[in-house]
Order: sequence, then structure tokens, then C-alpha cells
Amino acid sequence: MADIRVTSSEDLENIVPINKITFAQRLREYRRKPLSLIMHLIVILAAALSAAALIFLIIYILIKGVPNLTPDLFAWEYNSTNVSCMPAIINTVIITFLTLLISVPLGIGAAIYLAEYAKKGNKIVKVIRAMAETLSGIPSIVYGLFGMLFFVTALGWGYSLLAGAFTLAIMVLPTIMRTTEEALLTVPDSYREGSLGLGAGKLRTIVRVVLPSAVPGILAGIILSVGRIVGETAALIYTAGSATGTAAGVMSSGRSLAIHMYVLANEGLYTNQAWGTAVVLLVLVFGINCLSAFLAKKLGSKK
Amino acid sequence: MDKFQIKNMNLYYDKFHALKDINLNMQENKITAFIGPSGCGKSTLLKSLNRMNDLVEGCKITGDIRLDGEDIYGNMDVNLLRKRVGMVFQKANPFPMSVYDNIAFGPRTHGIKSKKQLDEIVEQSLRDAAIWDELKDRLKKSALGLSGGQQQRLCIARALAVKPEVLLMDEATSALDPISTGKIEELCLKLKKQYTIIMVTHNMQQALRISDYTAFFLLGEMVEYNNTDTIFSSPKNKKTEEYITGRFG
Repeated sequence: MADIRVTSSEDLENIVPINKITFAQRLREYRRKPLSLIMHLIVILAAALSAAALIFLIIYILIKGVPNLTPDLFAWEYNSTNVSCMPAIINTVIITFLTLLISVPLGIGAAIYLAEYAKKGNKIVKVIRAMAETLSGIPSIVYGLFGMLFFVTALGWGYSLLAGAFTLAIMVLPTIMRTTEEALLTVPDSYREGSLGLGAGKLRTIVRVVLPSAVPGILAGIILSVGRIVGETAALIYTAGSATGTAAGVMSSGRSLAIHMYVLANEGLYTNQAWGTAVVLLVLVFGINCLSAFLAKKLGSKK
Repeated sequence: MDKFQIKNMNLYYDKFHALKDINLNMQENKITAFIGPSGCGKSTLLKSLNRMNDLVEGCKITGDIRLDGEDIYGNMDVNLLRKRVGMVFQKANPFPMSVYDNIAFGPRTHGIKSKKQLDEIVEQSLRDAAIWDELKDRLKKSALGLSGGQQQRLCIARALAVKPEVLLMDEATSALDPISTGKIEELCLKLKKQYTIIMVTHNMQQALRISDYTAFFLLGEMVEYNNTDTIFSSPKNKKTEEYITGRFG
């Protein structure tokens, strides 16, 4: 049914609203309260500076990097003449995928327990939460060290994508767990009551009603994690290693894009290619964010 | 015939004695209204009838509540009980999904998969809730875009879709405008031919207009229970009289 209250755009143009605040009015207001003008200017300045820092960074990387985006940089095989980052891209994708495969089900499962099953005020819950918070604050090199001692050495996996992925999974687990828990807690109880009131069990209520409503929040956590995974070096360098080729399997070593860039810049011989790699990394993260935003819109509650 | 029988029922929230010695039988195909000032325990009693109080921590119930002679706190499957005793809440709570999926949620829960059958149930439920004509062209649209009155009638349709025997209405019209309230009251009168309706209301006129029996509650006790006409024309208890004439509450 068409709403008769919708006006045409022509009609709208002829309207002169009386509730519009003119520039002169605003000036008069500020003369009365100079402090509010200063405050206004300060917040505008803060916003502008924050945006400027980001824009400057991006433009700087693009200027330095884009000219170095040669076809050589994307050759299938790495050698010391082309310094291709293609193997690193493939390794990054594999590591990201593996990490999410481990951490997402675990993190979401733990969050469901904390938010839906655990009794409120439960001591164990408090301990788990405190641990998760502490874990998310630990520097990533510590994870790297742990990964090297445990996965690489103790379990004997050697430098491998799997060791890297497990290390990263432990690193991003608290993030995924906490954001999912927050998302579940913001789902109104009236949804749960409505579902239970129709005779749906607890499991069905969680899977069909609560989780779908929480999807945007959960995805936000996953995006954050993907950003950390793609950009991580410290936790990977002693777990996944820095072999230059595309990893033959999950048990072989291979460098991710961030490590590739770190090594190039560190060696000092291929600074230009490092800039080019930075652009690739930037585009990759941007692409992942776009994809996640798109998914959030698709999967999230249709409003 | 008695649909619900409540015997010597007591309910505690931790140390708070919220319902004291309730004895009440409610009849099939009638509308029973619970009235009383806020905090008197009427919503609590309503929620005990489909065990929604199970969700409240520290809630303890003693006594005996029977649906068709069967102990609902005994061996009965809670989900099955809630299928038989549907509930409409004070605040409309449609799920954030399409109108169709909202209605189909219950039937799907109870194992109906065929598209044709679901289509029929959705249409019938919306018709029964007197909202089919308004919504038939927007079945695929989100239920959150509906007006408050439409959302509440959608929730009634959703409750009807699982084919309950009893419908509990917890102040289902208190957040609605007079026109929507009127529509829902009409609906109740129509629905009582097939369902048993038990409602909590703050609106004395509403209880008088549509209910067959009225129970008056005060401070956790059931003060008086009788034909609605009798309660409103010649209440036996002085407190009841004071409440319905608006002297307190």
C-alpha cells in the first residue's frame, strides 16, 4: 500500500522551512557562548587531523608503491630477480583461512557458552573473561615465542603454516570470543522468550533466532581478527618461518605477505619491492573489509 | 470444563513470597482475566502456566498445576507444553526476519517442512489474527518495519500458528493505541470459540468488555474470583470493590 504521506521531490523544492539554522544565527549563538565556538573548532580539528594522518599514510604508500607494481612482482615463482610476492599472497590466504577455521568455531562456541548457558555471576565465567582480556593484551611476539616452543619444537611440527595458524588462532581467539559474546548479549531477551514461548528448545532458539541477530557483531570481530592475521609478523616469523616459495602443504614453511615485506625491508636490497608489497597488503585488507561488510549485510537481520 | 487447575500453589523469588496459596480453575473456551495493581503477582502466575518462569533464576514453585488433568511440572515435555500453551507478550517481539518466517518459525520448530503446508498455516494464522489483508503483499518484508499494532497482531498470529490450546496474553494491548486495542479485543472474542484465553490486564474496562471470568489479585494473594459480571457489579470483597471503583491501585 502506497503511503499517501510521501511527497514528490518537486513539492519539496518549493518548501521553505522555517526551522533552518542560518549561518548568521549560529554566529549570534557563538558570540553569546565563545567557549562553544572554541570547542566546535577543536573537535573539527581533531577529526581533520585523524583523517589527515590516515590519508597521508595511504597516499605516501601509494606514491612509493604503485610504480613498483610490475608484472614481475606477481610472477608465480619467487626468485631473487623478480622478488615476487605471489607465493606470499597465497601463503597469507592459506594461513588466514586455517586460522579462522580453528578460531571461529572455538571462539563462537565459547561465547555461546558464556552468554547463553553459563549462569550469571558464575566464578568460572569471570575467570574465563579475565583470561580472555589478558590474552588480548599480550604482545604478539610472546605468542610467537610460545608457538615456536610448543608447536614447532615440542610437537615437532617444524616451521609450518599449521604451526603459524595455530599460534595466530590462539592470538585472535579472545577477540572473536569477546566480540561474539558482546553481540549475543545485545540480542534482546524478548527474542529468546518469543522463541521459547513457541515451544522451541534452547538449541533451536540460539541457532535460529539469537545467532542470526548477532551476525553483524560476530563478523565485526572476525574482520578485526583477519586484519590482525594479515598484518602479523612477530607471531609468524618463528612459527611459519620465512621460506620464499608457495608452501607445498600445511606442514611446510612459507612466509606471509607481512613477513615477506618485513624481510625485504630488513635485507635492504629490495626496498622498492617492499613498497609494492605494502600496496598489495593494503589492497588485500581493504578487499577483506569490503567483503566482510557485504557479508554482514547479506547474512545480518534484514531491516 | 476445566482447562487449567491450580492447587495450593506458592511461588518464591528467592526469599520473596510472590504468590500465596493460589487455588484457581480456568474453563475451556472462555476468557479469564487477571486484574490487580502492579506487582501483585498476576503476570508471575500467567508465566507459571507455560513454565516461562523456569528462565528466572531463584524462582521456586510449590503446589500443583494441571493442564487437562496432567501435571505440567511433572513428566510433561516443556517444549510441548509451550506449544499447547502459547503466549503473547506485553511488548510485541517479532523476530528480525520476514513476516512469513516469523509465522513459520513455530510450525517449522515442530517439524512441518512442506512449503505448501507452511503457506497454508501462514495464511490461516494471519487471517485468524485479522491481519492477512494488511500483510498479504509484504510477507517477504521484515516484520520489524510494521507498526506497533501490526507487530502485536503478528505475534498473536505467530502464537496461533503452532495451534495452541490455550493463549496467554500478558498485557498484550497495554502498549497499543485504542484502534489496535479494539482490533485485538475483537480478535479475542472470536478466538475463544477455539482457544482458551487467559489474560493479564491493567485495563478494567477491557476485562469487563471481553472476559467471562475475572480474578482479582493483591499482594500475591487471589482475593476474589468469579463471573466477570458478578465481580464488577457486586464484588464480595471490600478490596476488590475499592480497586475496581478506582479507589486505589
